[in-house]
Amino acid sequence: MSKYVGASMKRREDPRFIQGRGSYVANLKLPNMAYLAIKRSPYAHAKIKSIKTDKAKKLPGVVGVFTGADTSDVGMLPSGWNVPGIKVPANRVLQTDKVRHVGDRVAMVVAEDPYIAQDALDLIEVDYEPLPAVTDAKKATEAGAPQVHDDVPNNTSYTWALGDKEACDKAFAEADKVVELDLINQRLIATAIEPRAAVAQWDAFKEEMTLWTTSQNPNLTRVVLSAFLIGIPEHKLRLISPDVGGGFGSKIPTYPEEALVPWAARKVGRPVKWVATRSESAMSDTQGRDHVTHCKLALRKDGTITGLHVATWANNGAYISLVASLIPTAFYVTLLSGLYKIPGIYGEVWGTLTNTVWVDAYRGAGRPEAAYVVERLVDAAAREMKMDPIEFRRKNFIPASEFPYQTPVALQYDSGNYAGVMDKAVELSGYSALRAAQAEARKKGRLVGVGIAACIEASGPVPSKVAGALGGVTGFWESGGLRVHATGKVTALTGSHSHGQGHETTFAQIVADELGISIDDVDIVHGDTAVITNGMGTYGSRSTSVGGSALVRSAEKVRAKMMKIAAHQLEAPLDELIYDKEQGKVYVKGVPSKAKAFGELAFAAYTAHNLPEGLEPGLEEDTYYDPANFTYPNSVHIAQVEIDRDTGEVTIQKYVAVDDVGKVINPLIVEGQVTGGVAQGVGQALWEHGKYDENGQLISANLLEYAMPHAHQFPPLQTGRTETPSPHNPLGVKGVGEMGTIASTPTIVNAVLDALAPLGIRHLDMPLTPEKIWRAMQAKS
Amino acid sequence: MAQSVSITVNGTAYEREVEPRLLLAHFLREAIGLTGTNIGCDTSQCGACTVLMDGVAVKSCTVLAVQADGSSVTTIEGLASEGNLHSVQNAFWEKHGLQCGFCTPGMIITVVDLLNNNPHPTDEEIRRGLDGNICRCTGYENIVRAVKYAADAMPEEA
Repeated sequence: MSKYVGASMKRREDPRFIQGRGSYVANLKLPNMAYLAIKRSPYAHAKIKSIKTDKAKKLPGVVGVFTGADTSDVGMLPSGWNVPGIKVPANRVLQTDKVRHVGDRVAMVVAEDPYIAQDALDLIEVDYEPLPAVTDAKKATEAGAPQVHDDVPNNTSYTWALGDKEACDKAFAEADKVVELDLINQRLIATAIEPRAAVAQWDAFKEEMTLWTTSQNPNLTRVVLSAFLIGIPEHKLRLISPDVGGGFGSKIPTYPEEALVPWAARKVGRPVKWVATRSESAMSDTQGRDHVTHCKLALRKDGTITGLHVATWANNGAYISLVASLIPTAFYVTLLSGLYKIPGIYGEVWGTLTNTVWVDAYRGAGRPEAAYVVERLVDAAAREMKMDPIEFRRKNFIPASEFPYQTPVALQYDSGNYAGVMDKAVELSGYSALRAAQAEARKKGRLVGVGIAACIEASGPVPSKVAGALGGVTGFWESGGLRVHATGKVTALTGSHSHGQGHETTFAQIVADELGISIDDVDIVHGDTAVITNGMGTYGSRSTSVGGSALVRSAEKVRAKMMKIAAHQLEAPLDELIYDKEQGKVYVKGVPSKAKAFGELAFAAYTAHNLPEGLEPGLEEDTYYDPANFTYPNSVHIAQVEIDRDTGEVTIQKYVAVDDVGKVINPLIVEGQVTGGVAQGVGQALWEHGKYDENGQLISANLLEYAMPHAHQFPPLQTGRTETPSPHNPLGVKGVGEMGTIASTPTIVNAVLDALAPLGIRHLDMPLTPEKIWRAMQAKS
Repeated sequence: MAQSVSITVNGTAYEREVEPRLLLAHFLREAIGLTGTNIGCDTSQCGACTVLMDGVAVKSCTVLAVQADGSSVTTIEGLASEGNLHSVQNAFWEKHGLQCGFCTPGMIITVVDLLNNNPHPTDEEIRRGLDGNICRCTGYENIVRAVKYAADAMPEEA
């Protein structure tokens, strides 16, 4: 029995946040600090003819004004995931010849205070020659489209395909029925409430740089900065990502500002701080999704799915961001089997460049896009076959008896009981009552819909060797170290990073149970490369399955060394000793009184007065844990919505989320991840849109225009769980961070289309705003 | 150009020379070093910077420091008294009403204001009451639970 794992413990990190003592980067104030601001392009596409900085330089309080000519010693922003044949265009930290999206960088100011820095930006005169812009992922590849980069013909950076084309073609040739859809998965802006920020301090005498930055993966960013950008050796570069106010993928990439701020700090010889405004974040944080897709499903008369063909144009924006080419390839096409047995799947992708902000990972990253394709098609197929969408899904589910299951798109699913998850969702939602109520409502002319989505995620990527074979520049292991102190206290180091996920609680629960000690004796340290030498960070729902497993392995090593010390001191053979994880002690089998407590053994390891011959003093262990495979959390979500006939507004009346995320360490935190994820996915379905006009102007660059979800738009969210442990890691956990987002988007869209079905409306693209629905209703009336 | 202001924050009076354009949010964070009040947007949408000014919740990015001259401001740092958490702070902790914590100070201040005006709000009143504050992490579910928990825990006013 574990003491902590499985318990809904209140979070240990919360006291500082609820009292306003979070250590966010923007809070830092160093002596003699100067403030940096960036001059950004107002055009989506333009030649830079000249940049005049003299007026800005003369403004009192301005320390320096710099352009790309000054920062030519900084390297190009690299691609960290290179699918075969990818063309990665040059991306300077400050552009010199051309700007390629609204928000692209042309100059920067360092000043005595942030207000003066903003004033100085207005005094920089940039002479632009505007060029035609292209924003649509597919149109960018057509003849005559504006070329974003001269060395990337047809704006196509890469193409990719996966699956069994022959089996797919055969399925369609022999199909009784084919269901087709054209889908747009719209552009989204991640909008972590903390805008990005960076502070740099240069020690000229030690030649050491410290950079505080809002990163989900400070160690990884350090490697990229050191190896590709600012030339400061890795051992002389310290990155600290303290408390970070949400990421959702947008704080994974290495950003130009993370090179510019330390560059400026060294240049002006003072600490330098940059904090993005919200609108600056909107036009410079990597954005999400943006697929144009044609997809079709092949079916037999009885409703058996036999084939799936998907062609997607994935918008990468103006440059290739750090892991951009991973998202619509190995994180997307591989997930097209969903929860279903589909013999013939083939997916093709065109990764294109446009005059828009760069696109990279956003909560779910490729997997929501896949789930949206599959679940929209499945729902459309059920409707056309006149089958209940739940029965249709059940009929095509991979049965529980067939795990591990090899899909035709490379993945081997670990474990699952999809029918069990469905049963629970049907029960919790009162599905048949929902349908009965819908039938009654329809009689009265009300537009009530019930939506279902059954989704899979591949979380916690992936064996490093596989990553390398697919195009990854780095591995996907995680580090986890335990420093057992002489007094029996434990410092746990993780290369994973918490920016809301609650590692300081969850990881402490794991470590305390593994060693059999009080959670009060465990401290979790993350986010400082001076302490954590190497790490990969947090994304892809990997923290617990990979980072947590690293700590489990280190705990095994600590226990093994303690056993050796105990065997020596108790004068008992090693194989007669038992490590008691309940009590935190080692005792002789059958003689519980003959024992050494955790604290005694820790102390003995450091006094080193009485250790076995040849055993080193000290009690510190490290692990680099390389995942055996992804884990495969899965879910069934069911929602009921009603549409106002007069306004087209959607009201969510009921929402039930049943997720199987394997073994649960902290139910309170897991439920929080699910509800938060659901809201974010509903945001995509109904409201959010990173919208560009025909000139490439970003017209949703602040929170007045970008429609974030608000509290009153949700009913109470009901959650449920089944637990099918993953065999792929010692904890049995699966990822939970992204599952809610993946499932909720198609759930809501399916519910809205179900409500509109009596009007003959078969398809609408997201976001399903009142205006869009109202126009569709008018067109049908 | 600079103007003199006197603003009482969490019971302490601060006299400062400020530019007329200085926002109250920046006054709190930069001039007097109270960084608990976060800034999450530039159009008064997110509510992360919400503070109480003379007992009423305001978004401190929408108030100039000179407008706050003579006022009494309570920030998140001033909510706990003598080491005891305010019941709203405690409720957020109990109900897991926060994840990354960035919107939390403004959210908590808003809830204090909400419950001051309406000690026993319905679910609908709670959700409407939170509409001026954006949380990207929680989906609001646990924030609503925290508000109910706080409402139940708050002492009845005589």
